[in-house]
Amino acid sequence: MENPYLPYPVRIDNIEIATEDKSLKTFKFVFLNPEDEKKFSYQAGQFAELSIPGVGEIPIGIASSPVEKGFVKFTVFRTGVVTSHLHNMKIGDIMGIRGPLGNWYPWDKLENKNVVIIGGGFAFTTLRSSIIYMLDPANRKKFKNIDVVYGARSPGMLLYREELYEWEKRDDINMHITVDGTNDPTWKYHKGFVPQIVEQNAPKADENTYAIICGPPIMIKFTQPALVALGYKEHQIIMSLENRMKCGIGMCGRCNIGKELVCKDGPVFTLEQLNKTPKEY
Amino acid sequence: MDTCIQKIREIAFQLLDKKEVEKVIGFSNGTIPMATSPITIASKQDTEKLVFNSTCGLNLANYIRQQKGKIAVIAKGCDSRNIVTHIIENQVKRDQVYIIGVPCNGMINKSKIKSLFEDEIQKFEEDGDSLIIESSSKKEKLKKNDYLRENCRLCQHRNPVIYDVLAGDLVKEQIIDVPYPDVEKIAALEADARWIHFQDLTKNCIRCYACRNACPLCYCPTCFVDESGPQWVGKGQDKTDINTFHFLRAFHCAGRCTDCGACAEACPMDINVRDFTRKLNKDTFDMFGWEAGLDLTKRPPLDAYSPDDPNDFIK
Amino acid sequence: MKFITIDKKNWAKGIEKSRETYRLFGPVKDKNGVFIRTLEKDMLPDMTINDSIMSVKSVLFPQTEKILFTTLDEAKEDHHIMKRVEFDSSPRAVVGIRPYDAKAIELVKMNFDTDDYRDPYWCDAYEATTFVGVGINKPGPFDFSTSAGTGPFSESGLDVLMADLDNAYLAKILTGKGEAFMKSCGFEKNTDEKESQALFDILRKEAEKNISSHIDTGKLKGKTVLELHEAPFWDDIAFACINCGTCTFVCPTCWCFDIQDETKQKSAGRFRNWDTCMSPLFTKHATGHNPRDSKTQRVRQRFMHKLKYFPDKYDKGIMCVGCGRCVKSCPVNIDIREVCKIMNSYEKNN
Repeated sequence: MENPYLPYPVRIDNIEIATEDKSLKTFKFVFLNPEDEKKFSYQAGQFAELSIPGVGEIPIGIASSPVEKGFVKFTVFRTGVVTSHLHNMKIGDIMGIRGPLGNWYPWDKLENKNVVIIGGGFAFTTLRSSIIYMLDPANRKKFKNIDVVYGARSPGMLLYREELYEWEKRDDINMHITVDGTNDPTWKYHKGFVPQIVEQNAPKADENTYAIICGPPIMIKFTQPALVALGYKEHQIIMSLENRMKCGIGMCGRCNIGKELVCKDGPVFTLEQLNKTPKEY
Repeated sequence: MDTCIQKIREIAFQLLDKKEVEKVIGFSNGTIPMATSPITIASKQDTEKLVFNSTCGLNLANYIRQQKGKIAVIAKGCDSRNIVTHIIENQVKRDQVYIIGVPCNGMINKSKIKSLFEDEIQKFEEDGDSLIIESSSKKEKLKKNDYLRENCRLCQHRNPVIYDVLAGDLVKEQIIDVPYPDVEKIAALEADARWIHFQDLTKNCIRCYACRNACPLCYCPTCFVDESGPQWVGKGQDKTDINTFHFLRAFHCAGRCTDCGACAEACPMDINVRDFTRKLNKDTFDMFGWEAGLDLTKRPPLDAYSPDDPNDFIK
Repeated sequence: MKFITIDKKNWAKGIEKSRETYRLFGPVKDKNGVFIRTLEKDMLPDMTINDSIMSVKSVLFPQTEKILFTTLDEAKEDHHIMKRVEFDSSPRAVVGIRPYDAKAIELVKMNFDTDDYRDPYWCDAYEATTFVGVGINKPGPFDFSTSAGTGPFSESGLDVLMADLDNAYLAKILTGKGEAFMKSCGFEKNTDEKESQALFDILRKEAEKNISSHIDTGKLKGKTVLELHEAPFWDDIAFACINCGTCTFVCPTCWCFDIQDETKQKSAGRFRNWDTCMSPLFTKHATGHNPRDSKTQRVRQRFMHKLKYFPDKYDKGIMCVGCGRCVKSCPVNIDIREVCKIMNSYEKNN
């Protein structure tokens, strides 16, 4: 077994500013050793530790999709020591990636189902990975209807805007893009908070419909009742948690909710599972 | 001490009965010999749990911040001085705390007593000025005064300096001719020997921060050792990092420390952390004539400027 | 099973001889108590003290351990590529370990050696180490090991269990590793198996009879996590706590750690340090949000982990071996035996 603490060396291949306030950047990494890319075989919903020697590590959801080859992508919010350092790094710099870590959205279980994806703010990264995965020509027929509700404070704060507008044009995915508010007279999508847009636009639940939610705690808190009102049962609501992590492999002990370790047994849980654990997230 | 316990319980009962305070913070009996544990009592039926004896070496001023409503607290001389410091530093308001003063005859040095025994102490009793201690192999009767903590032996403020009620008669204050013999002894060492003394002092430190956390002064929302942006000090067992913690913590306590001894009492490794703080206490006394926590109306010396402040350090 | 007698007159010489093969660790008296330390030349393990302040865990899991390193010098070809620090895989032996500490290592192993991941630092150290235990003839008043799944003569996790017979040690060889260690000491005087086992049994019974402290964990399993988690007693239990890390650092079964990078000029190191669930920083997000922000939440986490989450997760009993170290070292006398009693006897009123 390999040393799970040892990151794969990667080179920063591209850096894009992701939001108008520049607090998020998308980093594209290329593995220095091509065989590492094979070892880093992941599923949509997993995360990895971005590892900067001498600075530290930070667990970040993988924003690229398993169907995208030759690189991995992460969109990172600048907040602590490691992310601030990362934001100042340049194309060509060498660092490390450790992973893939954690579980993923239950793609087996979601086959032949309607999938509703609900995201808010910058917690849209693994959801982007999931959408790209599901829309891939090899995969699209495995799923029935796909609905996406995604909201941010303002149009400039939406992640992956180009892709969102592309998806909007397609007929095999129902996009419900929203912003809290905007003065832009040309804005042609929704205005309002995510829970409200969910209530008005998400499909009613039947036993073949599952919702995946990822977003800030406040959004999750108010989206849950909206889904319940639409008839979603606890086991049909799938969530991804973000607790503080260090090792990412279930050993260092800090990310637990009850006996579950968010880094290893999660980060993806159903509401049914979460309702049996202490709300320490 | 027994009459004092009765008095404490009566006062606490009355306060809770008349709803003058939300709760009373005091000590309860521990689960092992020579241990007492801080406790909060919210119901008058529970006031029987309150005790006071020579093992109450922690400082209850550490427990009175951020409490809701009015609280009562049991305070020895040193605890009361830390309450004064809290009030000066705006950590509590005077009218939020009902102080049950306990004149103190000193707390015992538990590690000194433990060191008399090869095996674990199984029984501890206090009878006036005597301590009766038993392990499975022997029984000792000791004179309490011979086994006081060093800070208690040198204490010149055994009576609470501020209180709302007293739970016992005031005791005679000790007059100590040489209040800092320990600091003088270390200061008299050659530089190398002094360095070795401090290296040896902290060599078993595990950075559990019990000293810091038992200290009423250490209430910073983020301690400098926990700060990550920027990071001031490494988090591992590097000697330099360990000593940086101890040195800087002592400096942060300069002019505020009452030498209550809670830091040394809490240390699981029996490190006499006071070797650091005492030097700064002596300096603030020599330079500013200052002893912490005696006066509600004065700012601590490092918190105030006066044109006649000593300035010998400017060379 | 093989038994060996060791005349105490030969003990020092034998231990010295083992150094040809082994790096030795063991209990050592220092000014502030007994610690588990590297036994430098001519140092013998202290076999007489029941209990060290710190447990044996540091032999496999040092409080600070450098795990990876690299150079930040861009002129070097492999800059910013991390590598494992060279590991000294030469055999080591801990001599004089108390049986409950060996049991603790078995419990900790479940965390570091899993089907999905193997922690190479802990596991490699574990594999390199031989555990030579000594039974506790007279357990102290805070030893509640017999009700915590181990005991003064428990063999679990040991390679050799020795009994102190005044003038001699009687050693029970439990594994091949144990046999190799004894051989390296030159201790090879076999004794009758049946008689020796009988002697061990007597000593064990006598020692167990001396244990006066017990806990009852029987009802914990039947309660749900949420029922215990939401129970009303936690504020009172936690009140005295000052949130230092003493209980977790002295605990032989606490394994939580932090990972920190440090740089010195152009070299970078990644270290792991013991961490403690008592510290607010343990769970604090970079955003400032903290799922266990209050003292009560943190104290509850520690006891729930030991007495409920761990037993539920692994079904191997509680994550406590009854050594009593935390009971003795806690500055405010929070006593796991009392907390266990409160948890075990708690009945939720509907």
